[in-house]
Amino acid sequence: MNEFLTHYAYLIVPIVKIAILVFIILTVDAYLTWIERKVIAHLQARWGPHRVGPHGLLQPLADGVKFIFKEDPMPANVDKAAYFLAPFITLMLALTSLAVIPFAPQHFTVFGYETGIGIADVNISLLVLFAITALGVYGVALAGWASNNKYSLLGGLRSSAQMISYELALTLSVVGVLLIAGDFSLRKIVDQQAGSGHGLISWNIFPQIIGFVCFFIAAIAETNRVPFDLPEAESELVAGFHTEYASMKFAMFFIAEYTSMITISCLATIMFFGGWLSPFPASWTFTQYLPSVLLIPFGLWVIFDGIRYENMFGRMLLPVVGGALTAIGVALVIFPVFNDAIQGIFWFLTKVFAFLFVYIWMRGTLPRFRYDQLMSFGWKFLLPVSIANVILTSVVILWRMH
Amino acid sequence: MSAQVIIFFVLAALAVLAAINLIVQRHPIHSALSLIVVMVALAGLYLLMGAEFVAAVQIIVYGGAIMVLFIFVIMLLNAGEEERTNFSKLALYGGIPLAVAVTGLIAASIVNSSTATALPPAQPVTLTSTRTLSHLLFTEFVYPFELTSFLILVAILGAIVLAQREN
Repeated sequence: MNEFLTHYAYLIVPIVKIAILVFIILTVDAYLTWIERKVIAHLQARWGPHRVGPHGLLQPLADGVKFIFKEDPMPANVDKAAYFLAPFITLMLALTSLAVIPFAPQHFTVFGYETGIGIADVNISLLVLFAITALGVYGVALAGWASNNKYSLLGGLRSSAQMISYELALTLSVVGVLLIAGDFSLRKIVDQQAGSGHGLISWNIFPQIIGFVCFFIAAIAETNRVPFDLPEAESELVAGFHTEYASMKFAMFFIAEYTSMITISCLATIMFFGGWLSPFPASWTFTQYLPSVLLIPFGLWVIFDGIRYENMFGRMLLPVVGGALTAIGVALVIFPVFNDAIQGIFWFLTKVFAFLFVYIWMRGTLPRFRYDQLMSFGWKFLLPVSIANVILTSVVILWRMH
Repeated sequence: MSAQVIIFFVLAALAVLAAINLIVQRHPIHSALSLIVVMVALAGLYLLMGAEFVAAVQIIVYGGAIMVLFIFVIMLLNAGEEERTNFSKLALYGGIPLAVAVTGLIAASIVNSSTATALPPAQPVTLTSTRTLSHLLFTEFVYPFELTSFLILVAILGAIVLAQREN
């Protein structure tokens, strides 16, 4: 058995990693919907979901069950092959793009097979990511076309036009980072931002602030989120390209959207915000206890909140969750080995979560663009600015070399 | 058989099947989709040869940009299914012998080369890496490279002129 594992480790380890990552991502997607609904609700002075489980925490589970058991009608005269293929393509590409993201600096060896945290460590990971995003247009375009519905077709066309237009700006906006790092590998891009250990001053965000602004705007458009969610503008196009999709097929588009939000947030973190690097100088060793400092009070607050919760189920569940969080926080203080190990992943997740929060925040704040505004903004403003950023960065790098 | 050989045959079979499907399908969208599969399978083959940059660019440019245009045009024109006409005389008497001849030629050249030098050893990855490729493009092949960019620029200008003519 052990020999078998050692021999086929190059196959088994990635498969196990993929299974774990897909499980984690799907769970995060589910809870992202809960966070989104809660945050937007509070922005609009409402409560948001609060019926299923304490604070509506089991709402994603209920939604999942609903999606699985809902009837899945197929409209007449759809192009069957393309209609079925579209949600699969969309979801598959969204999940695949996560494969090249490195989540933490550690390397470990399982059955004599050295591997990192993250599925594939390719040395052109950024190009792979863009290649997969480039294919993402097909899912949307096909869904719109195959549904044989005018709203769907218009939504699909709009969205593919939008994705093509903003893909250019997205790709050009990271060229500045590539010029600084001199490498396509996301891991090397993060390592280069470590600088000489002075924390956040060597991150790419400072020399590349223009690039970052272009990147983030283009990324929101690329993921079809507010204020660029024209493909699904309810008042004009019903639900856009997924009007004719129901049940699990609709859920696939939904999961894909949230997964690409996560991917883009990871990418923004890696390219501009130092990935898993701590923002503090390396000499400030006391900042290592930040995870515990956050976890313990939060856990205690959850316990306190849980004890006086209105129903029995909440009074039972919330203290357990809070107790677990507090216990993790305490364990991190007691065992410095664990604390060192989670530093990278802690900072990475914190930054990714901050980006996801900005996404949701914008959804609760900004109105939608008009379609012609969107196109002229992308082509006449974003693209020239990102090209200018490339030229500016190259000139500065060349000037420094001489 | 090593894993590489297995992957090669899977990708090659995928490319050939998708190419056949491209011709057999009657709906333009299905044909275009098959063409995308061919492009992606070819990118996989490039990757297998260690040409990672070429593989990524193949997907970004051909799979992403060019084929999206194809799909766009087909969707905008709302092209319906092709009518199957009577089998053309030209296709029967000209096409089939031509296809057989081309296949024979390719097969013959493969047989000839494999008897002489066997398979060329897999290129070391460092040789085709992105850095080497860009270095070659901007030193040794800089004139062809710049000329091609110029050609593309002319084509873009031409497209704009053609599009503007009606106004």
